[in-house]
Amino acid sequence: MNKIRVATCSLAGCFGCHMSFLDIDERIAELAELVDFDRSPLTDIKEVDAAGIDIGLVEGGVCNAENVHTLREFRSRCRILIAVGACALSGGVPALRNRIPLEECFAEAYLQGPGIEAPQVPDDPELPLLLDRVYPLHEVVRIDRVLPGCPPPADAFWELLTALLAGREPELAYPLRRFD
Amino acid sequence: MNGNDFTFVLDGENIPFEPGQTIMEAATQAGVYIPHLCYHEEYRPRGSCKLCTVKINGHFGTACTMPVQPGMQVDNDTDELTAMRRRVVQMLFVEGNHYCPFCEKSGNCQLQAVAYHVGMQDSHYPHFYPLRNVDASHPDMLLDRDRCIQCELCVRASRETDGKAVFGLSGRGTRTQLVVNSESGLLGDTNFSITDFAARICPTGALIPKREGYPLAIGERLYDADDIARVGHRQPSSKAEE
Repeated sequence: MNKIRVATCSLAGCFGCHMSFLDIDERIAELAELVDFDRSPLTDIKEVDAAGIDIGLVEGGVCNAENVHTLREFRSRCRILIAVGACALSGGVPALRNRIPLEECFAEAYLQGPGIEAPQVPDDPELPLLLDRVYPLHEVVRIDRVLPGCPPPADAFWELLTALLAGREPELAYPLRRFD
Repeated sequence: MNGNDFTFVLDGENIPFEPGQTIMEAATQAGVYIPHLCYHEEYRPRGSCKLCTVKINGHFGTACTMPVQPGMQVDNDTDELTAMRRRVVQMLFVEGNHYCPFCEKSGNCQLQAVAYHVGMQDSHYPHFYPLRNVDASHPDMLLDRDRCIQCELCVRASRETDGKAVFGLSGRGTRTQLVVNSESGLLGDTNFSITDFAARICPTGALIPKREGYPLAIGERLYDADDIARVGHRQPSSKAEE
């Protein structure tokens, strides 16, 4: 039997959701029997298989052009796309900059902030351009499922994935449905 | 039965009531939870948050303002109403700036608890990220308008219980803001006190005491373990009450 293929990534996030996912501890061995990891920081594969995979887990909001590119790649190649964590769902901590004009953000970080020696806004063409603000995933692409929390508890990851693998609707107990 | 049959039907159950009671009051007395945010038993109902919307003889109405009539047929706990309430809570979330992960009220917040109750998991709508002012001018209390849902509980508590009228709402629609009754518009220039009832009524983290952030560990907060339907609309105990 072909294994279910799963990809993960962190956009404008802190990798805390990935860390919480790894908190399923020894159950990861059980999970590895059922799934293959495609693109993910866990595998260091850089692109989602162009032939398409089953499940994509996306942590973090969308703050720059590269995030948009990655999210669109996930959307077009993952059958089920899951927004994971507070940043993916509402922008989270990175979205605190949404009340500050981009120019002022740059000025504070690169021109006027404390400890700056050679003030200059980086403009290397390799650098992805920042968006005007940080967007939750559902404002950029269609999202199939969500997993709230900052981070979502390990047991919530486990329930979501095992339910999907078993072809049943995930049922998160009250303490596993949380926004913080 | 003495000819005056003071009962009505709530989700198929016969519920007794006292004449003059609203649906909310009669339901609460019978131990039935109807989701709400702007309702508080101490104050005149506003009917503004719309979360307590129920179906009354087939028509939508707010349970906190509608007086019960004998024989009234009221639907409360239905899939249709829960789905509508979920959308209402999602609108409240996107209209403000509600960052649960670092909010001091998280776990004790009624907005969050009601969101859990109605099964909200995402915000569904595009976020407004509105620009609202934080007022930290008061020595003991912080007013963070990002978290205000304009329920007017502090407005009513200050006016009706504290006799001060410190707060009011100004503006229309999505531009509605909580305003403060002082020449400068700052909370620090009013006679507002941390011992006021209004200081302990905010269902969210908009009006919170300073210097007591995160007093309870995650897992020990009001709504960590159980649903607001069973815990009720409560406030965490605070230093000011001790």
